[in-house]
Amino acid sequence: MKPTNIKNPEYFHKVVDCQYACPAHTPVPEYIRLIAARRYSDAYMINWYSNVFPGVLGRTCDRPCEPACRRVRVEEQPVAICRLKRVAADNKDDIRERLPTVPKKKNGKRIALIGAGPASLTVARDLAPLGYIIDVYDNQFAGGGMMRSQIPSFRLPIGVLDEEVNYILDMGINATFDIEVESLKEILDKDYDAVFVGTGAPRGKGLNLPGLEDARDHVFLGIDWLASVAFEHTDKIGKRVLVLGGGNTAMDCCRTSMRLGGEDVRVVVRSPFEDMKASPWEKEDAMAEGIPFFNNHVPKEFVTEGGQLKGMHFEKVEAHYDEDGKRSLIPTGEDLVFMEADDVLMAIGQENSFPWIERDLGIQFDKWDMPVVDKVTFQSTNPKVFFGGDSAFGPENIITAVAHGHQAAISIDLLCQGKLVGERPPPMTNLASQKMGVHEWSYDNAVAPDPRYAVPHAPLDQLLRDRKLEVELGFDAATGFKEAERCLNCDVQTVFEEVRCIECDACVDICPTDCITFTVNGPEEDLRTRLTAPAKVLSQDLYVSAELPTMRVMVKDENVCLHCGLCAERCPTGAWDMQKFLYNVSGTLS
Amino acid sequence: MSYQIPKFRHPDLPLNELGYTRAAYEGSISTLCAGCGHDSISGAIVRACHELSLEPHKIAKLSGIGCSSKTPTYFLGKSHGFNSVHGRMPSVVTGAAMANRDLLYLGVSGDGDTASIGMGQFAHVIRRNLNMVYIVMNNGCYGLTKGQDSATADEGSASKKGDANPFSAIDLCATALQMGATFIARSFSGDKEQLVPLIKAAMSHRGFALIDVISPCVTFNNTAASTKSYEFVREHAEATGTVDFVPMRQEITTSYRPGARHEVTMHDGSVLRLYEEEGSLNPFDRRSAMMALMDHQNDGNILTGLIYMNKNSRDLHDVLQTSQRPLNQLEEGELCPGNKMLVNINASLR
Ligand SMILES: Cc1cc2nc3c(=O)[nH]c(=O)nc-3n(C[C@H](O)[C@H](O)[C@H](O)COP(=O)(O)OP(=O)(O)OC[C@H]3O[C@@H](n4cnc5c(N)ncnc54)[C@H](O)[C@@H]3O)c2cc1C
Ligand SMILES: Cc1ncc(C[n+]2csc(CCOP(=O)(O)OP(=O)(O)O)c2C)c(N)n1
Ligand code: SF4
Ligand code: SF4
Ligand code: SF4
Ligand SMILES: [Mg+2]
Repeated sequence: MKPTNIKNPEYFHKVVDCQYACPAHTPVPEYIRLIAARRYSDAYMINWYSNVFPGVLGRTCDRPCEPACRRVRVEEQPVAICRLKRVAADNKDDIRERLPTVPKKKNGKRIALIGAGPASLTVARDLAPLGYIIDVYDNQFAGGGMMRSQIPSFRLPIGVLDEEVNYILDMGINATFDIEVESLKEILDKDYDAVFVGTGAPRGKGLNLPGLEDARDHVFLGIDWLASVAFEHTDKIGKRVLVLGGGNTAMDCCRTSMRLGGEDVRVVVRSPFEDMKASPWEKEDAMAEGIPFFNNHVPKEFVTEGGQLKGMHFEKVEAHYDEDGKRSLIPTGEDLVFMEADDVLMAIGQENSFPWIERDLGIQFDKWDMPVVDKVTFQSTNPKVFFGGDSAFGPENIITAVAHGHQAAISIDLLCQGKLVGERPPPMTNLASQKMGVHEWSYDNAVAPDPRYAVPHAPLDQLLRDRKLEVELGFDAATGFKEAERCLNCDVQTVFEEVRCIECDACVDICPTDCITFTVNGPEEDLRTRLTAPAKVLSQDLYVSAELPTMRVMVKDENVCLHCGLCAERCPTGAWDMQKFLYNVSGTLS
Repeated sequence: MSYQIPKFRHPDLPLNELGYTRAAYEGSISTLCAGCGHDSISGAIVRACHELSLEPHKIAKLSGIGCSSKTPTYFLGKSHGFNSVHGRMPSVVTGAAMANRDLLYLGVSGDGDTASIGMGQFAHVIRRNLNMVYIVMNNGCYGLTKGQDSATADEGSASKKGDANPFSAIDLCATALQMGATFIARSFSGDKEQLVPLIKAAMSHRGFALIDVISPCVTFNNTAASTKSYEFVREHAEATGTVDFVPMRQEITTSYRPGARHEVTMHDGSVLRLYEEEGSLNPFDRRSAMMALMDHQNDGNILTGLIYMNKNSRDLHDVLQTSQRPLNQLEEGELCPGNKMLVNINASLR
C-alpha cells in the first residue's frame, strides 16, 4: 500500500466516525468534551453552527452518528450523542449575544425561500449574516415546517422549537406565513437573485382499498391527521384505532392516538418486526406505552356496515428472502384476520408534489416527476433555482435538510458573487498535539467499560393524559457528565512520524486493542490478514507509514482504536503523538 | 492524568484451546521506561504462553533484581510469582522445582543479575540441568541503577555516559554451553517472530533452557557507540536459521513451510522445526555451536536463533530420581513411612 496521506482532510475525518456519519458533520467529540467540562453554552454554539437546531435535534434527530459510534465496537451501546446534545441545549445560558450579527446595510442581493422548514431556515441563517435580503414564504402559520406540523409535542415541546426558529427569523428575515405559493413563475418574476425550494415532501400516501368510499369519514392520512392535531383542529379519536404502516410516522400516529382517547390502538404492518422502517428507539417507546404491533399483516379491505366503518380485513403473510436479500411477502393461506376499528390512520409514506412549479421555467423533471438536482450544489437545471431538504430527493430527516441547506447557501453565495457554484471551498482543519506532560494529555484519555445511561421518562399515566407533556426528561447534569465520559475522543488522532521511529515495538506491545503492526508492505487485502489482529472491517482504513529502516512499514487498523494514547505514552522518541483534529465543513458562517 | 490500561480488547482476539484470549496472560501496566526492550520480551512471553494454551496457575515466574527482574509484574498476572534477592533467583527456583515438579518455571533475570552478582548461581543451576526456562533480558548495563556497564557489555561499547568499556564481555550463551546447558538460544527483543517460537520451544524442553535476549535499554544504552542498541543489533544480528514450533496438540498442517532441515519431537510431544538458512551450525553438536558463536563474535556479529539443544536431556528430577509427584500431593503415610521402613533402611546400611 502507498503511505497514507494524512494531509488529506478526509482521512482523519473518517476516523471521527460520528462526525463523519453526521450529514452536517457536527464536531461531536469536541462538544461532548465541553459538556463534560460543563461548558454548556460553548457546546451549544458548536452545535448551532453545524446543525442549527441543537435543542430540536437533541430530542428528535435520526442520529445516524450513533450506529457509527466507535463505542459499539467494544461495548454494546453507542455514546448517547443525541441526548448529550440536549444536555447542552437544556443547560446553556442565554446565548443570543453570541449569535452572528446581521448587517444593517444589505448587500443588495435578494433571495426567496419557499417553505419554512429546516432546509429553508438553514439557508436563511447562513445567508442573512452576510447581508442578503431574505424573503420566506410558507403556508403554515409559523416557521418550522414538519418540525411543527408533524413531530408531536410529547417529543418536541413547542417552546424549544420556537426558540430556535426565532433565532433565525429574528435575523431580519422577511417571513410571510399562511401563504400558499401557487406559481414559481410568479416568484421568479419578482427578480430574485436566487430561489430556494424547501417545500418538503408534503403529500401522504394512501391505500385505495375496497370499502374506502363508505369508510372515508374515519380514515385519515397520518401526516394530515398529525398536522391537524398539532394545529389543534383535532383533539380526539375513537377508542379502537388501527394505524397502518411501520415507520416513524406510524409511531407518532399511534402514540398520539393513545393521548386523544384511543384505548385499543394497534399498529398493523405488512413487514416483519425487524424490517419495520421506524427507528429502534421509536418502536421501543411505542411498545413501552403498551401499543401492540401486528406484523406480517397486509391490509385487504375496509369492512363497513350501513355506510359505517366496522373494521378491516388483513391477510397474513410470511417474509421470504432470496439470495440477494430481496424480500417477498407470501400469503400463509390462513383465513383473513378481522380487526375492529373506529378510526384508521394510514402512515405508509409521503411523496413530493410540485403542482405549483410550471414546467417551462427551465427546471428539468425526471421520469418520477422529481426535479433534477445536483447532489453537491443543490442547483436545478435553472441556475437560479435550488432545491434542498425533503423536496430535493424525497423524505429524509431534519439533519439532512440542514446539511442540504448549508450547501445550497454556499452555492447561492457563490452564484451571487459571480463565481462557479461547482468550486466548493475546502473544509477547515487543524491538527494540534494534546501532550501536556508525562502521562498527561489535554483530554481525558482513560477508557473504562461503562454501559450507556438511560434517559428517564415522565410517568406514563400523566403522559397519556396530556399530549403536550414531554416524554423524555433528559439527562441531569451529573448523568450527562458520566455519559459524556463514555466518548472515546476519536478526534484525538494517533499521528505517526516515521523518521522518529526506532522500531522498538513499544506501541505494538502496549496497544490494548492490537491496532498496530510492523510488517513488510503488501497489497491491502493481503496486509489485512497479516496484522496483529486481523482487520476484517473493510470500511475502516489502514494507516500505513512510509518504509522504515528495517524495510517494514507501520500499519495501524483504525477500527478499534480507543484513542487511549498509550502508544504515544510508550513511545520513547515521540514518533507517535496524540493530536486533536478539528474538521469544520466549510460554510458561509463560522 | 491517567496511566492505566483500558479493559477493552480487540473483539476478534483468538481463543486458545482453553478458551482464553491473550488478555488472560497479561499483567499490570508496565512502569519501565517507554521503549524499553524488556516490555517487548514481556509481550513475547504473553504470546507464547497463550499460544501454548498453558494454564496460568500452572506457571511460576521468578526473578532477581533489576528492571528486567521487575517485568514478571507485567505479564502472567494470574500465575505464581517470586521476586527474590539480587542474583539469587536460581536457588529459589531450585527449591521450588524440587518441591513441585508440576509447575512450569520461568526465571527472568538481567545481565547484571545473572553475569555479575548471580554468576555463581547461574553456573550451578545450569550444571544441574534444572527443568526451567531462564530468560536473560540483556541490555549490557545495570538499567535500574542508572546504566553502569555490566559484565556482558562488549569491550569498547559505550553507553550514555560516553566512556568505552575497557573489559571483555561475558558471553552468556558460550558460558552456558560450557556449563552444560541443554537448550541455548539467543534472540532480540525487537524480533518477536523469532523470539516467540524460541520461548515456546524452551518451555517444552525438559531441562535447563537459556534464552539470552538482547534487549536495548533506551534510557542508558541505546547510543550510537553501544553494541546493545536497537540499531546495532538490527544491523549485526545473524540468525542461525528460522524456527517454527508446532505445539503438541496442534495438527501439523501444510501451513508450515516445507523444507525443514531438522524436525525435533520435544519431550511433551510438540515438534520443533528448524530451517537452515546459512552457516554450518549443527545445533545438536556442542562443538559446532561453540565454533559458530566464536566465528560470529570474531566478525563482530551477533548469532541469534537456536544455538544448541540436547535432544536427550535428562533433568535434575531424572538424575536424582525424585518423587514423580509434587511434595504437596504426598500423603502423611508416604512422607512418614513409619518405623518398619526406618528399620529396613538402617538394615540396608549395616
Ligand atoms: C410524522 C413525522 C415525524 C417525523 N419525525 C422526525 C424526527 O423525529 N426527526 C427527524 O429528523 N425528522 C423527522 N421527520 C422528517 C422531517 O420532519 C423532515 O424530513 C424535515 O422536516 C424536512 O425538512 P424540509 O425543510 O425539507 O421540509 P418541511 O419540514 O417539510 O418544510 C416544508 C414547509 O414548506 C411548506 N410548503 C410546502 N409547499 C408549500 C407551498 N407550495 N407554499 C408554501 N409553503 C409550502 C410546508 O407546509 C412546510 O411548512 C418526521 C416526519 C414526519 C412526517
Ligand atoms: C545485593 C544487591 N546488590 C546491589 C544491588 C543494586 N542493584 C540493583 S539492580 C542492579 C543491577 C541490575 O542490572 P540488570 O540485572 O542488568 O537489570 P536491568 O535493570 O539492566 O534490567 C544492582 C547492581 C541490589 N539491589 N542488591
Ligand atoms: S466515541 Fe465519541 S468521538 Fe468516537 S464515534 Fe462515539 S461519540 Fe464519536
Ligand atoms: S491510541 Fe494507540 S494504544 Fe490506544 S488503542 Fe489507539 S493505537 Fe492502540
Ligand atoms: S532504565 Fe533501561 S532497562 Fe530500565 S526500564 Fe529504563 S530503558 Fe528499561
Ligand atoms: Mg541489564
